[in-house]
Amino acid sequence: MDLWYIAVFALGALLYSALLPARWRGWALLGASIVAVYRLQPPSPVRYVDFILPTVTLLLCLFVWWLARAPQQKATRADGITLAVIAALVVGLSLTRYLIPELRPTASRAPDTLVIVVALGALAAVGALLWRLLRGWRSLLTAGIGLIGLLFVVLKTEALATILSAALRDFAGQDPTRANAADLTWLGFSYVAFRLIHTLRERQMSKLPTLGLRDYMTYVIFFPALTAGPIDRAERFVKDMGTLAETRLFAAPRLVEGGGRIAVGLLKKFVLADSLALFALNTANAEQAVSAPALWLLLYAYALRLFFDFSGYSDIAIGIGLWLGVRLPENFDRPYLKSNLAAFWQSWHITLSSWLRFYVFSPLSRALLMRKVPAAAAVFAAQMLTMALIGLWHGVSWGFVVWGLWHGAGLFAHKLWSDRTRKAYLRLGQYPRLKTVWTLTGSALTFHYVVLGWVWFALPDITQGARVFGRLFGLP
Amino acid sequence: MVQWNGLSKPLYTRGFVIRVLVKSILLFLLANLVFAVTTPLPLLGSLSLYNRLLPGRARLPYGENPAQSYNLSLMSLEAMFASHEIARPKAADEFRVLLLGDSATWGILLRPEETLSGVLNAGGYTTEDGRRLHFYNIAHPIMALSKDLLLLDYAMRCEPDMVIWLFTAESFPRQQQLYPPLVQHNAAALRPLIANYDLDIDASDGRLVNFSFWDNTLIGRRRDLADMLRLQLYGFAFAATGIDQYYPPTYTPRSNDLPADDTWYSFTPAHTLTSQDLSFDVLDAGITRAGNIPVLLVNEPIFIANGENSDIRYNAWYPRWAYDAYRALIAAPAQAGDWLLFDTWNAIAPEHFTDSPVHLDAQGTRAFAAILLPLILQNAR
Repeated sequence: MDLWYIAVFALGALLYSALLPARWRGWALLGASIVAVYRLQPPSPVRYVDFILPTVTLLLCLFVWWLARAPQQKATRADGITLAVIAALVVGLSLTRYLIPELRPTASRAPDTLVIVVALGALAAVGALLWRLLRGWRSLLTAGIGLIGLLFVVLKTEALATILSAALRDFAGQDPTRANAADLTWLGFSYVAFRLIHTLRERQMSKLPTLGLRDYMTYVIFFPALTAGPIDRAERFVKDMGTLAETRLFAAPRLVEGGGRIAVGLLKKFVLADSLALFALNTANAEQAVSAPALWLLLYAYALRLFFDFSGYSDIAIGIGLWLGVRLPENFDRPYLKSNLAAFWQSWHITLSSWLRFYVFSPLSRALLMRKVPAAAAVFAAQMLTMALIGLWHGVSWGFVVWGLWHGAGLFAHKLWSDRTRKAYLRLGQYPRLKTVWTLTGSALTFHYVVLGWVWFALPDITQGARVFGRLFGLP
Repeated sequence: MVQWNGLSKPLYTRGFVIRVLVKSILLFLLANLVFAVTTPLPLLGSLSLYNRLLPGRARLPYGENPAQSYNLSLMSLEAMFASHEIARPKAADEFRVLLLGDSATWGILLRPEETLSGVLNAGGYTTEDGRRLHFYNIAHPIMALSKDLLLLDYAMRCEPDMVIWLFTAESFPRQQQLYPPLVQHNAAALRPLIANYDLDIDASDGRLVNFSFWDNTLIGRRRDLADMLRLQLYGFAFAATGIDQYYPPTYTPRSNDLPADDTWYSFTPAHTLTSQDLSFDVLDAGITRAGNIPVLLVNEPIFIANGENSDIRYNAWYPRWAYDAYRALIAAPAQAGDWLLFDTWNAIAPEHFTDSPVHLDAQGTRAFAAILLPLILQNAR
């Protein structure tokens, strides 16, 4: 999201809160989110892919909503209207193909409207057929999670994404030899996938409340949080949606809080992060750095840039969300000041790490413990796998895996350390100064452990990462 | 979260919001007004992390792809010089030599230590009375004597002991003198030079940028402010890598086969050059501006082709007749003004030219430095 989009979103949110009749708010959020899914999608050199991917996002949401419904939940009139609104918007967006490029809300010219209508009709027919055939199949939810996971793996693995792009190019009558993984840049898919899997898992555990299609769609593709999170929980999000009509949005406290968050976010992202980006570590300057201190300088800049960039976007999303009547969850809580790695992960990309704790770490460590695996080994395995998954979420490369394992190992080491020093730490309460020194030392060590981990993150080529890692400590 | 309590806990009122908005707008307008009235850009430009927190640059800022070169072109002379190592205080035993010139002297495709100044500094030379010669590269990669004069005028505050002014015929045509953006954006510094030295340059030329009141507001000068800030930030990358230029893996070499074209600007053998067409007055102004320190004028080496049509042209820039005429014409004012002019036009072998008829490779630069060295030592007193 660039500055213009943020300005348009913020202005739109202000007008929405000030002028829109309360009963239309939910519909406005859905409509704006659908348009944003298409508008924010970057252009693809493969014909129509930049229209197809947002459309698939909507279809996936529909499909998963259907899968994740409560067993006795019937489709309501509101769900039917929502479906009609979605279809009308998609067809309407395809009609913009007749506008001049500057006025089109899509990244490039949309496919023929007739083709869209026929395709949507065919999909509706297939959907109805599936509805009949698959109703009652117990493994549907797991299959849904598997399907999303598979899509995720294909998109995040360069070789697989290139093969898929080549197939799409071939289908579109374009040269498949020019296929590239970047052809399939799918805006927001990572976050959409996490929200979809969250609802499927919650349904499996029978914890998901009844969700209407409109609220569900808005939850998954809520436009302020589409590109960089936070990853909200459905049951929390729909509470806000439920009170949307009664909430007084254009009120001073909400305007100040939202505006303040947007302003702080803009400062973090467009002043601090973008300034630090001019000399933050990257694959080029990592090779050019003349000394170990020079590399440390680049690395510190990278670490701070990453924080300001990501947390800045989160602040902006939270601020715009407040103006729209949705209080998105916090995603960062001064992570670089934490005195141990566990606390760091409770304050860095909080919603992602919570997601993984709920759906990967906890069930996995529980399963291992139930199989009589020794506790320490179970925690170690669960931590390493969870952190490796966080790494792979950023991209399927060895660098990201090593970054994840680095943190997994750090978390395990911290657990061992805190288990052994707990008593000593409790006694420190009697010596405030010593406790301060202990905390400061912990913060410095944690910060540098995290910073060193960024080497693998910034340089996904593991050979280069290893070389730079060595050079940071004066090795040739 | 505690960190956001300031925004979320107090019960702000509508009046508070309106007051904040009104005060913000007023403060913004006031800041713009004060900025336009006080025009603090020169002062802000002279504030620099270079030579304090960061090492000074060995050449003036210039770069068309900042993300790769950790360098950028900007229009503020103050910021440019403040980032240069010449901004350091002059040592008591230092003999300061300024190298003025174009892209050849600046060192396109050369690392700082491979440029003419870098090679000369590596020699560790001293004057007869024991002062250390330190060569400062204040060249800038655009060809116009007016731009050189502008830089020399500013650099005189750095207490130079000698100036070496390197040029080629391309810097001389009258119509070129107001072409460089650096000159256009520093009209306020150029106009006194035009007046003081009676230069044949139109001080009211439309290409010279005149800043209105609105241009001088914060909004109007946001580009300049951003460039100054970026120059400081790129300083960290420069300090970490020593890189101040993008070095492409390959480049198109200067062409040896040339078109059968004998025109140079609007000049042809039939409508040949006269001394009025070339800006010798700007050169003379520079010598005068330098005062009583020696100014060595060097007609820099050019590539001499031997391919197709090399009987008509020396290289892609110069038809033979035009370049010969230039060399003949400069001799007259040099003799009349007692200039220390050294013509090294054919001093370097063709294989040492890289991507233009004046850009030398590292070996060529070392050879050139060896040629200049005796002249420098002879005049360094």
